[in-house]
Amino acid sequence: MDTGTRIAIDRDICIGAGQCALAAPAVFTQDDEGYSTLRPAHEDPTADPMTREAARACPVGAITVAPRDD
Amino acid sequence: MTESPLTHPSAPTTPPPASATHPAAPVAFPQDRTCPYHPPAAYDPLRTARPLARVTLFDGRPAWLVTGHAAARALLADPRLSADRTHPRFPVPTARFDAVRRRRVALLGVDDPEHRTQRRMLVPRFTLQRATALRSDIQRVVDERLDAMIAQGPPADLVAAFALPVPSMVICALLGVPYADHEFFEEQSRRLLRGPTAEDTTAARDRLEEYLGALIDGKRDGRRGDGVLDDLVHEQLREGALDREELVALAVILLVAGHETTANMISLGTFTLLRHPERLAELRRDPGLVPAAVEELMRMLSIADGLLRLATEDIEVDGTVIRAGEGVLFATSVINRDDTVYPGPDTLDFHRPARHHVAFGFGIHQCLGQNLARAELEIALRTLFERLPGLRLAAPAEEIPFKPGDTIQGMLELPVTW
Repeated sequence: MDTGTRIAIDRDICIGAGQCALAAPAVFTQDDEGYSTLRPAHEDPTADPMTREAARACPVGAITVAPRDD
Repeated sequence: MTESPLTHPSAPTTPPPASATHPAAPVAFPQDRTCPYHPPAAYDPLRTARPLARVTLFDGRPAWLVTGHAAARALLADPRLSADRTHPRFPVPTARFDAVRRRRVALLGVDDPEHRTQRRMLVPRFTLQRATALRSDIQRVVDERLDAMIAQGPPADLVAAFALPVPSMVICALLGVPYADHEFFEEQSRRLLRGPTAEDTTAARDRLEEYLGALIDGKRDGRRGDGVLDDLVHEQLREGALDREELVALAVILLVAGHETTANMISLGTFTLLRHPERLAELRRDPGLVPAAVEELMRMLSIADGLLRLATEDIEVDGTVIRAGEGVLFATSVINRDDTVYPGPDTLDFHRPARHHVAFGFGIHQCLGQNLARAELEIALRTLFERLPGLRLAAPAEEIPFKPGDTIQGMLELPVTW
């Protein structure tokens, strides 16, 4: 099974709470300004449940996890 | 849900059984806890009235109380609810809150876009990575306080010897506030949050503003330190992005919220663990459980029990309409025990997924310092029980005083021996 999902972070609404990085540290981190950002090597399919957990943990709903179109 | 009149006959001593379809008469909010780690027994009718209940505030005004977990997450993230307490219709939980609410409170008392501007300035210093980097400093503070407490005891008051000084020292170092002044600002913070009178609260607010204003002036004119306040002075105040009044308001919030809340979690968390010896033994056997234990204690203790908002538009929640101009309160202690999310919610269980609790709030105002708080709590609780395997209460549990229901929950003192 391939990665199958596309992760989007809306930086306009991210408040830098860091909950995504806490829930899925292999996928998310915070940049120098504190905003959520994807780790370069996040395309690990086993990280998928954690990614959804991170999206749910985000207090402002800045993270969406959708099936990959391509 | 039926509308309630402003005044209603006092509730019977034993409330009638409530159900979602026939809610009991409005419950007064907030009320004192009967056990410091459980919601007030008087909130029992609210626990069966989800996701919303009617409550009566101290001034007789009715308000909505959010009690359901899903509704709480949705509403706390809803921009139609305002946190601006200067609004004349804003719900008022106590006379002392009323006395200070006309002056704007930074961060937690402002809406976007102003809130976002303030938060953006602070977020880089409160990321998960920053909190992780502070862990060795936190460990050193914890070790030193325990050394001092052990040298002078047993017994000890864990609040004065450990629970309060640890977060107080950590936030001082982080902000660039001299810890030598801790007796002053801890006392003013106590008066700000607990009064008891409205005059106490107003005077404490003024004295904290005066103190932090002088500290900020010194930082502006003197050598730059490495605290968050130094950064704000040199990167925001001097650049004109913040004025002095706004910076002082931010400093008050950071200093007060930075030590009071964590101190309460350490004292009440310790008390709760000592009252659950099997869970404590489990934690000692497997220190890897500490992060999960902290999360579960956050859920169970819900020390900030009564978040406040004002509806600025009509909002429908499960068929009920909250009208514009109505007060909306969030009982985190009730929300975090929603049994549709947390089965057996009154049981302390380190193996449940507790993460999605709202003890740090939710939405744009979710606690800025939560990553720091988690690091402090993990290190403080783990080290305390490691260093003192015989730690126990030095007074009967039911005689140990805790805080009243109208402020942040925690122990007033915690006599321990080892």
